[in-house]
Amino acid sequence: MSLFEIIRFAISGLSANRLRSALTTLGILIGVASVIILTAVGNGSSQQIQKNIQRLGTNSLTVQQGGGGGFGRLSRNSGGSAQRLTVADAVALANPSDAPSVKSVSPVANANVACTYKGSSSTPQNFVGTWPTYFEASNDVVHTGSYFTNEDVVQGKHVIILGQTVVDDLYGTVDPVNTKITCGGQPYTVIGVLQKKGTTGFQDADSIAVAPLSTVQQTLTGFGSINSIVVEAVSATATDTAQAEISAILNTRHKIKNAAQADYRIFNQASLLSTTSSNSAVFTVLLSSVAAISLLVGGIGITNIMLVSVTERTREIGIRKAIGAPRGAILGQFLVEATLLSLIGGIAGVVVGIVGSHFQIVGVTPVVVPSSVILSFCISVAIGLFFGGYPANRAASLRPIEALRYE
Amino acid sequence: MNTFGKTADVNIQNVKKFYGAGDTEVRALDGVSLKVYQGEYVAIMGPSGSGKSTLMNIIGCLDTPTDGSYALDGLEVASLDERQLSIVRNRRIGFVFQSFNLIPRMAAQSQVEMPLAYQGANRHERREKASLALSAVGLADRANHQPNELSGGQQQRVAIARALVSRPSLLLADEPTGALDTKSTQEIMGLLERVNSAGRTIIVITHEHEVAQHARRVITMRDGKIISDEVNAA
Repeated sequence: MSLFEIIRFAISGLSANRLRSALTTLGILIGVASVIILTAVGNGSSQQIQKNIQRLGTNSLTVQQGGGGGFGRLSRNSGGSAQRLTVADAVALANPSDAPSVKSVSPVANANVACTYKGSSSTPQNFVGTWPTYFEASNDVVHTGSYFTNEDVVQGKHVIILGQTVVDDLYGTVDPVNTKITCGGQPYTVIGVLQKKGTTGFQDADSIAVAPLSTVQQTLTGFGSINSIVVEAVSATATDTAQAEISAILNTRHKIKNAAQADYRIFNQASLLSTTSSNSAVFTVLLSSVAAISLLVGGIGITNIMLVSVTERTREIGIRKAIGAPRGAILGQFLVEATLLSLIGGIAGVVVGIVGSHFQIVGVTPVVVPSSVILSFCISVAIGLFFGGYPANRAASLRPIEALRYE
Repeated sequence: MNTFGKTADVNIQNVKKFYGAGDTEVRALDGVSLKVYQGEYVAIMGPSGSGKSTLMNIIGCLDTPTDGSYALDGLEVASLDERQLSIVRNRRIGFVFQSFNLIPRMAAQSQVEMPLAYQGANRHERREKASLALSAVGLADRANHQPNELSGGQQQRVAIARALVSRPSLLLADEPTGALDTKSTQEIMGLLERVNSAGRTIIVITHEHEVAQHARRVITMRDGKIISDEVNAA
């Protein structure tokens, strides 16, 4: 009795009851497809979050106004008066002997102004006055044109670099480089356009305009305080030590005795990244365990239907035994039937899963995890063998005389 | 018909088969001894419950006796394991049942090929032998019909073809005509006679005298015992 013969018997056994076979297969299909799609969604969302964070620069830390707890406003904290961040703070952070882990420091002054060009207008979500080091620290790359220089900052030149969204709003198809625009009533020469970064949730990272700090302070915000300081650490692994160095320097400068009284906050992109990665890993595990349960349910469906099939075909088993079918052939036939059901379900599930992963699901573009495809497919076949084993063994163990008498 | 000097095809010595235990014990066979020689045509008669079907099942290696010994072609059946028993059923014994026992939704050709498939015969050999067996029962033109497309007589002829395709020395028929009309009964009995004249041993269970008349030896059973064993006058 060759394997081919056993498979042939199994196929004819399955095709004798097509609807039932199809429904059982559907159970496995749903299980496999949901494993693939749900892990792809989990994977896709975690990749999306990581990409967004990396776009902001994983080496960078942002120091902002406000206390660590409470309302974080400029309210008086007990024990010391809250101080605003100043350019002097930024300069102090740039001291290599006090802060060896800090690579560069860029004070940031934000303004909320509209920019106009030949009648079109756009208000950048983020109008930034800063130093040239800002571009590297925040992962902003000039795509066409050039960066502004330290000299531009010193001289307070009216130059500006625009993000893609602002360019789209103002220019359409015209090349913006070397054109003159007006922002907050001040004329600026556009010297560069930033590379497109994409949206990070509710914030459009491309709705940005960057000008020299001195120019923005002079014309828009004044020379008092600044909004934030972007600090670039020497490496991604040095962000934590850089954060400690920044705290030490600012605590001294702002006369803060313990961390709870801090009048500033430090946002560490690297730690944010690791937190969100571990969060999304939990998310992925949850999703895939739900999917795994549906695969298990599909497997139980196979056992169930094979048990029904064995009972229903008891007489047939008796006939086969009477004409000399060995135990192995009966066992093989039912095992192969169960495995075929799960195999077909598995293949269809992989197809549905991969096709389904091409659609956006709740705003997430799923990214198929190849190991989930292979694993869920193998598990589905194993399920056929495992869950088909009991009914098949029951069929093979039937005594011929009892099976023949079965009505 | 104990022909002297010949080895018995079927040699049963004091076989007993009990079901249940204690008060509910049923003695289906209560000490049966029987020898059937090669080429014999034996009919076993008796009322229902007399143990004839049980005896048939034991001869066909479908059931095992509670006590006693059974040798088929000199081979002690009790000493065989399950795999060897399936080979014996496949090669040495052909079964024909009252209810035909064809597999539903399977073409006649495939039904007849099945014993050969379990032997491991290749596709070509199977097809050829099965076609021959179907022509021998006059159903060459029905090879692709499924059981529900065949009449009772035709179904039984498919069953006979299936029983004979592996060329067994012994053909067991349990009420082969019990579900058939007179015309079909005659066809089947004629067929069995041809099979017997080709040298195969046939044991038929029946309670119809017309059927038993075709046999050359008639055994009558009652309450699990053989009460008569005589040569048919015909």
